[in-house]
Amino acid sequence: MKYAYYPGCSLEKTQRGYDESVREVFRTLDQEIVEIEDWNCCGATVYMSVKETVSLAISSRNLALAEQMGLQVMAPCSSCFTVLSKTNRILNEIPKLHSDVNEALAEAGLNYTGKTKVRHPLDILMNDIGIEAMQKKMKHNLNGLKIAPYYGCQIVRPDKTFDDKENPILMDRLFRKCGAEVVYFPMKVRCCGGMLMTTFEETALKLNKELLECAVANGADVIVTTCPLCHFNLEAYQDKINDVYKTNFSVPILYFTQLLGIVFGLQQKAIGLDSSFIPLGDKVTSLVTV
Amino acid sequence: MAESLRTPFFMSKTEAELRQVFLEQVKQIPAGERIKRCIQCGTCTGSCPVSYAMDISPRELIALFRAGEMETIMKSRTIWICASCYSCTTRCPSGIKITDIIYALKRTAMEKQYKSKSPQVQVLANLFIENLMAYGRLHEGTLIRKYYMKTNVAKMFGLISLGRKMFATKRIAIFPKKIKQHEALSRIIKKAQEIEIRHTPERMEYSPDYVGYKAIGEMELEQRKGN
Ligand code: SF4
Ligand code: SF4
Repeated sequence: MKYAYYPGCSLEKTQRGYDESVREVFRTLDQEIVEIEDWNCCGATVYMSVKETVSLAISSRNLALAEQMGLQVMAPCSSCFTVLSKTNRILNEIPKLHSDVNEALAEAGLNYTGKTKVRHPLDILMNDIGIEAMQKKMKHNLNGLKIAPYYGCQIVRPDKTFDDKENPILMDRLFRKCGAEVVYFPMKVRCCGGMLMTTFEETALKLNKELLECAVANGADVIVTTCPLCHFNLEAYQDKINDVYKTNFSVPILYFTQLLGIVFGLQQKAIGLDSSFIPLGDKVTSLVTV
Repeated sequence: MAESLRTPFFMSKTEAELRQVFLEQVKQIPAGERIKRCIQCGTCTGSCPVSYAMDISPRELIALFRAGEMETIMKSRTIWICASCYSCTTRCPSGIKITDIIYALKRTAMEKQYKSKSPQVQVLANLFIENLMAYGRLHEGTLIRKYYMKTNVAKMFGLISLGRKMFATKRIAIFPKKIKQHEALSRIIKKAQEIEIRHTPERMEYSPDYVGYKAIGEMELEQRKGN
């Protein structure tokens, strides 16, 4: 299949490891992804909380562009995924807002029917491509690696998406097939605080400390994430957490597509592992193709 | 002061205005009217990862809304610290979209220009929007720099080592880049803003039903009459 790729602002640069690994994994699986030409910021949760019509109009511009391509949208960032999906839901349920949005889009010669599907790469990998097709490309197995699968809050909520809202399992299933041991991780959908790291730092540090604690207590070697915000909070603020709480965490944080890339034997650089701040640890390093 | 005294069957002018803006926002939430079905069970509060840091719990927000205490809500820390994780919404047995209700409360507070106890959230939101308008995409460097300039300059020094790491791993875009169709996007935004203003409700007349359990029911009725 072919998908319209919506990387979103954070994948462009600060989270290039996610972007690079998504592209590389899809290339390996012979799936075509075409970046939506000249996409704009989806507005994230911030805009949604400020102005409704405006936020719907800006996220709809992307969906309208994808509709012209005749493809489903693939959005790896949880926040983009939620915002775009939610836009669809609101436009389909509240006709008045739908016509308002189209009135605004018309200013740029665009129109959106509300029908473009928004998908997360985890969903596509597991449900469109399937584990069997992926197994054919596996070069290494993850025997002996213990992972904590961290889904974060927004890819499975608020509406029904592709996995369970309280206990999603697709990532668990995927990496078990790759030979990894998935540790007990009851905080798999607990919030990382998102933007609170900027606005209420103390609270966000506590949330992330609890996540790291839970993963380490259950023996995880790495935390595997699906969201750029979770990834950033857990990785970039680990030092600060250690400072504040007198802990000594050194837990590598990997995107699920990076770990999958390792399994496929893809080169370290190609899947953006060179952008990690935290040493990957012996087990992971021994599997990485340089 | 007089306005803070609560007389039964009397709604202060401030309260009426706040409810009017808020209820208008609630109409734009799919199934927003479910707010009237709250059974005050507290599942939302119990599921919230940050409720310990709130001054009013999510459950209390709904109780205060019913009681005609919008102003107390507007002044709370709660609406700004909500992290939009949707835990409450997922678990509410009455299907109330609490996260969206909190968005609606935030919008009400911003529209009515309430001075919040946590002004930094509004600062961030405004800078985010400014950033998006200017480039069409978010330039995180500019956003964070401006945010700390406005809220806590000293903190920027604490970020220097992080900035270095980001630079070393090529994770910083030094200059913001505009999208090509920036002009077209601006036209969309401008039009959407005009539409938003067009919808701003007219003054709400006092009615005792605007508080309490009937508040939302009344609103629906009006909508029907209007159609
Ligand atoms: S979980 Fe729902 S019903 Fe229970 S108190 Fe919260 S909003 Fe009300
Ligand atoms: S969405 Fe907000 S109020 Fe609801 S559980 Fe999450 S942080 Fe708490």
